[in-house]
Order: sequence, then structure tokens, then C-alpha cells
Amino acid sequence: MSDTRGLLRFLTAGSVDDGKSTLIGRLLHDTKNIFQDQLDAVRAASTVGGHGIDFSLVTDGLRAEREQGITIDVAYRYFATPRRKFIVADSPGHEQYTRNMATGASTASLAVLLMDAQKGATTQTYRHAAIASLMGIRSFVVAVNKMDLVDFREDVFRGIENAFSAFAGRLQNPTFHFIPCCAPAGDNIVERSVRMPWYDGPALLEYLETTPIPEERPSGGFRLAVQTVLRPTAGGRYYAGRIAAGTIREGDSAMALPSGTAARIASILVAGQPAESAAAPLSASFRLDRELDLGRGDMLVDPQQPPALSRRITATLLWMSAQPLGVGRPYLIKHTTRYVCASISRLTAVLDPVTLDRRAAGSLAMNEFGEAEIETHQPLYADAYTENRATGSFILVDPISSETLAAGMVTETGGSKAAGQSEAAEASAAGMAVWFTGLSSAGKSTISKAVYEKLWAKGYKLELLDGDAVRQHLTRDLGFSKHDRDENIRRIGFVAELLVRNGVIVLVAAISPYREVREEVRGRIGSFVEVYVNAPLAVVEQRDLKGIYRRCRAGEIHGVTGIDDPYEPPDHPEVECLTDRETLAESVDKVVRAVEARVSRP
Amino acid sequence: MQVTHLRLLEAESIQILREAFAEFSRPAMLYSIGKDSSVLLRLAQKAFAPAAIPFPLLHIDTGYKFGEMIAFRDRVCRELGLNLIVHQNREALDAGTDPFRMGLSRCCGQLKTKALLDALAANRIDAAIGGARREEERSRAKERVYSLRDAFGQWDPRNQRPELWDLWNARLEPGQSMRVFPLSNWTELDVWHYIQQESIPVVPLYFAEQRQVVVRGKLLIPVEHNPPLQPGERPEPVLCRMRTLGCTYCTGAIRSTARTVAEIIEELHAAERSERENRLIDYDQDGSMEVKKREGYF
Repeated sequence: MSDTRGLLRFLTAGSVDDGKSTLIGRLLHDTKNIFQDQLDAVRAASTVGGHGIDFSLVTDGLRAEREQGITIDVAYRYFATPRRKFIVADSPGHEQYTRNMATGASTASLAVLLMDAQKGATTQTYRHAAIASLMGIRSFVVAVNKMDLVDFREDVFRGIENAFSAFAGRLQNPTFHFIPCCAPAGDNIVERSVRMPWYDGPALLEYLETTPIPEERPSGGFRLAVQTVLRPTAGGRYYAGRIAAGTIREGDSAMALPSGTAARIASILVAGQPAESAAAPLSASFRLDRELDLGRGDMLVDPQQPPALSRRITATLLWMSAQPLGVGRPYLIKHTTRYVCASISRLTAVLDPVTLDRRAAGSLAMNEFGEAEIETHQPLYADAYTENRATGSFILVDPISSETLAAGMVTETGGSKAAGQSEAAEASAAGMAVWFTGLSSAGKSTISKAVYEKLWAKGYKLELLDGDAVRQHLTRDLGFSKHDRDENIRRIGFVAELLVRNGVIVLVAAISPYREVREEVRGRIGSFVEVYVNAPLAVVEQRDLKGIYRRCRAGEIHGVTGIDDPYEPPDHPEVECLTDRETLAESVDKVVRAVEARVSRP
Repeated sequence: MQVTHLRLLEAESIQILREAFAEFSRPAMLYSIGKDSSVLLRLAQKAFAPAAIPFPLLHIDTGYKFGEMIAFRDRVCRELGLNLIVHQNREALDAGTDPFRMGLSRCCGQLKTKALLDALAANRIDAAIGGARREEERSRAKERVYSLRDAFGQWDPRNQRPELWDLWNARLEPGQSMRVFPLSNWTELDVWHYIQQESIPVVPLYFAEQRQVVVRGKLLIPVEHNPPLQPGERPEPVLCRMRTLGCTYCTGAIRSTARTVAEIIEELHAAERSERENRLIDYDQDGSMEVKKREGYF
């Protein structure tokens, strides 16, 4: 017996007293998804009311919500009928919880808007429709509730329908369906109402069961953001991720971003099982026919239809923090599976949440929508949000507190000609080199990148020289003999020295296995913080992010530091990070403190 | 082609498991031996196949688990070659902590919550991956997929990070840790349908059998670990099964004739009682689960 039902995710929204929680309680009850003991508990807690049971008590889960009689946070509800499974995001009605409603909308493909037949659409209803539309929802059901209080009159219902349809023209290609109902009594919720014979459409549940399910992930050019690289003991590398768009088959060609190199798909696993093809929205992993420079945060794409690569994007932002948006301030963007340093170069408009009219503004406060131009330190591989929710969405994170500040939806990639670099980063008076040394896979790149984010957030002038990147450019002619390794370090040291002289904090992540040349570079630069990224060989061999230890053990390559090439640990490093024992946050904290101590006492 | 709801849930859970592995320094998976843990374990195998599960499993053993659960745990870990850490609050057990004399709340605080927080600290785990589902209990309905905990393992439900799309914010400051819930969107029925579809082994206690229990009102109390009896009570054989698995005294059995997964699904379709109804601990005080979660309980 296999279960072939599909899944519809929808959002419910409406004003505070329109009875949203009651509607959901009713849906759960009438589809037998509330159990008897829960109902008994609710019945016991219900105050005396017109319809016996207070169904909203089923959904308002937090103590504060029950005390205040309102829904604070988005709650997720689950029910099923023989035709379909449903996930309901029951979201708060109050204006100050707009961000929670947007959260519910981000994963929903349909919105049920509830309104009170006595009042018709209110500002709140329009706001919710606008937010849902901005978050990408195109299908709306308008449930005109409390029809019993207007004597089930058709003219009242039609009046509301006409007024709302006039507003709906402002939204992006919406489809609307209007249903008159009475949630506490159940009219037109699960069963068609006998009290409104003039309405010949489906009841709410019937509509939800039969409306086409919008595609969760779009077709079009293949997109897969690499989450992690799997390295089975038997050998080989599998690039794992969730497919954001399109379909791919064995033998197809795929392009890696940012390197731009191409390979063919050698084999596919879907949810761990071998498969000939894989499509969005499934989780899969891929083996390629050759080794590529590809890791977490990189993307595998259809070479015929690649996404735009851009350091400048324009986006719609929903601000979610009490700390207002600051133009030019350092933020982190989490887009697909990577964090990228970014700043907002211009706020072009704030959007009226009811009319969606644009007006000029200098900042965004909590729960406000705006349009902004954003600059990023590395290019994003993004699509417009209207094309693809997965590759067109991002969050802004505060690099100091790690708080989630805003949700972003890409509107244009690379279209903007923003003004030059922001005026931040005056702070760094004295430059220095922060030199991360240690075995491959010890954590040098990870820690140095995270330190970069933290220091950048504090306004320092920074540069990051990563050994792997440098070897593709500055030192691409060099190999791995002692002579070449030393020459590699000298050249990196030379560049670092120039930057340090100009007041830049230079983070260098390179194995740099030989003590003598490290000391030579330290002597030339002067202001030098040596960070020993230390993890036992057994641990780094287990991690083996680049697969070099396995290949060395298999005799495919030679001269791997730690195996058949020496590593000379520092005698007195300024900082030592024990990455097999510390968390990343702890290691980063140590380095940042060492750097800041030197800035204040040069 | 329409993707079925089980395939969608599976894809989402695998994505969450891979993110948790990639983004945290020292993740571990809480393994409680129950049906949800069994599904989570299978999903972790799939997420990292053909490689092995790259993080350890952690079992908080209160000392009051069913013998059949421990035997099942040890067999599964041996057969799959899993790296299992078992942790007990030895100090509290030696001091005589038990649910019969201390009351359920205080017992749970010592043997589960404190034991869990100690185990996370001792193993320096920065992300604990667990099988909790939002559907289970109403305060869990508000839980994030990535649930941030402070240095004391506490949850602040009024101040959670907004969580949009599948962009989970994994960043931690020193001292903070994360609880990660890959099964957030699964229901009890989804879990059983998946167990059926994937032929996942589960503890035999889930299937109906004649078992010695004490009948107390609507509750069927298992007699393992010798719970104190009220006057006139004595163990009797009842055809029953466990709907959820926890400590023997806090896990009531339900009357059932379901001996196979298919029969359990059929029974659930007809069920009128909720899943955690037989969990004595949820009823210890009003908003009980929310209070425990704030303190650090899973």
C-alpha cells in the first residue's frame, strides 16, 4: 500500500478578531485531526461562549498567547484528508508581528485570508494580502467569516468581494477565490452550507483539496547549491545538496560556480539510492567524471542556463530586527549555502504595506518592507525571486550578534550601478598580518573566513589571502618541493607586507609548513600574529576536505604535508586553535581578541 | 509529476541534516530509541550515503527505560557500526532519584534535562539534532527547525530568530548551542507510513502483545522497575502496545490489537486520542512541556 497523496502548504492570515485560529481549529476538528483528549482539555479551558468550544485554544500554544488571547508566533499545524496532506502556517494578526507572518508565507504556496463579514476588508487584511504577495504567494482564498452576523446575506458578501477585487489589482498576478462562511458553526468550512444557497462554489476544504498545487521548485535551468562533499571510505567524492531547479541525468554536463569549469554527471543518488535522474525539489548527491574545485557554498548549474553572477543586486527587504537598517553598515548575507559579506549601498524606497506605493526613506524599521541595492564581497549566483524562491531568497545576519536582521528577495541581478565603496572601514590605523598555519583540513580557511567576517563587521580594513586561491594566480607556477613551498610563502609574505604597510589587516591562510621561512616573513612584516591551527593528523585525515590524504595513502600523489612531507609546528604562536576540541565560535573569538589587543596596544 | 508528501518530507529532512553537519563544529544526534529516532537514523544514513553518518549518536539513559529498548539500541548500533555515546546522571541515580518518590517533574529534570545538558557540555556538542515533531504538543508547534539555546541550554520562545525559507541561521556565539529538528514537519502518521515504506525496524514494544500492566483508571502502567501500587491494584495481562516510548513508569500502554505496522496505521486512522495522551509527564502542570523546554528539555 503506497501513499501517493501530495502536499499543500498554506498560510492563514486575517485581523485579530476575525477568527483565524477558530477557523483552523474547526478545520482540524471537522477533518478529525483533533483528538478526543485534546478536545476535552480545550473544552475544560473554554470560557462560556456562543458556540460551545473555543477552537482557538487548540492552536494558541504559548502561555503568553493564552493569557493575552492573541497569537504571537507562527504555529504550524498538520492535517490530512484522504485526498491531500496539509501544512498550515497559522500566523499572527497583529501589525507588530508582520515578520512572523512573512515567515509563515515564505514556505507557503497559498494564503487563506480571513475577514469579518460585518467589517469587510480592513487595513490589516490589505496588509496581509500585500505581504503574502511580496513573499511570492499567487493563490488566495478569501474566507468571508461570521456570515451569521449579517444574516447570511448575499449582497453583503458581493459588496466585500467587489471592494477587495478592486484592491487586488495592485498585487502580482494573483488569483482569488471568495467563500462565505461561519467558522464556529462550520458553514462552508468542510461541508457546504445550507444557510447560503445562493453560493454554489466549494466549501473551503474542498477547494484546498482540489486546487492545483503550485510547483514547490521550478523547472528551468538546473541549480544545486553544494551543502557538503561526501567522501565514502571506498573512494570518490559526492557533491550533496537539495536541487533548487530543473532536472539532471547521468551523462549530462554541469558547470561548477564560481570556477566555471565543467564536468559530466557520472552517477546520481537520490535520498541515498542510485538513480538515473534527479529533479527539484529532491535531495540528491552527484559524482562527477573528473575532480573539480567544488565545495560547500559553490553551485552546480546547467551550463546552458546559468544564473547571473553579480556583486551588485537589488532586492526587496523585510526588516525584522529592532535595530534599524543602516546604509553602508557591514552585514552578512546567507544565500543558498553560503555566507557572504555585504553592505546596503542604497535604500531606494520603502513600500507602503497596504497600497505597495513606494516612497523615499533613509532607513527601515522593524516590520517595514523596502527596496535596496546591495553590494557583496564575493559574487552571488542568484536568480530573481519570482523565478526561483530557493536561489532568489536570502537573509541578512548581523556579523556581531548573529541575529537574523532581514529577509531578502532578489528583484534584479547585476542591474544596479551603485555608488562606489561605502565610507566604512576607517578604523584600522595599524595594519598587521594574521598568519594561519597548520595541516590541510585543520580549519585554516574556515577560521580565517569567520575572523574576516567578524573584523569586517567592526570596520577594519581587511584582506584575505587563502593559500588555495593564491596558488591559482600569484604562485601557480610553483609545486610542492621545499624550495617551491618556501617561495610560495615568500611571495604571499611580500604581498602581505605591502598591504600591512598601508594599514590593512591581512589574514593569510596557508599550510606554510617550514618554521624558518615563517620566521623570515614575520621579521619582514613586523606586526605579525601567528595562529597555529592545530588538529591531530588522524582528525584532519578523517576530514580530508580536498581528498589529498586519501589519494596520498593510495599512492596517487606524493609530497602531502603531514604524511610524506614535513610540518614544523610553531614554537611560540600568538594563538593556538585546537580545532578538534574547540567550537568554531571559540576559535574565532580567540583570534579576534588577539587582533584587537594588538590594535589597541600596537 | 507530483512528488508525494513523504518524498517531500524526506528531501527536507535530509537537507536539514546535511546543513547541520556542514554548519556546526561538533554536531551529535540525539537517539532515544523510539520510532522517531528510528526514522531520523534512516534519514541520516540516506543523507550521507554512500559515506557513513559523520557524527556520533547520543542516548540519555535515565536508567528507567524498558529493557527491550536498550537491547534494541545495542543491536542497531552494532549492526550499523554507529558511534554511540550513552550518558547517565549517575550522581542523581546514586542519590536515589526515582519517579515514584520525587514526582515526575523533578525526576525528569534530573535524569533527562540535567543529564542532557551535562552530556552536551562534556562532549562539547554545539548542535544536538533531535527527532521532535511540531505536531506532538502545542508548544512544540512554535518551535523552529534551528532552535537557539543560551549557555544554560534554555529556550526563549518569545525571542526566537525568524526562520524563512530553508535559510537556517546557524551562527553561534561562544556558549550558545543549537537544537536542530529535521522531523519538524512530520506527523505521527507520516512516521508510520515512512516506517512501512522503508521497512525500518522499530522496538517490538510498539506492537500489541499480552503484557503485564497495572490498570489505573484509563492508564495502563507497565510493571518493569516495580512502580508502587495503590491498594487493590495488581498486575494483570492486557493486550496492549506502546504508542510512544519513554521511561517505563511515564509511558502508559494503550489497549490495542495492532501487531503490524499496517495495523498500527489503520488504528491511528481510527484513533480518537492523541499521541502523547499516555505520557504522564506532559500533564504534570499547566503548560508543562513549554516550561520544561524553556529549562532545556528536548
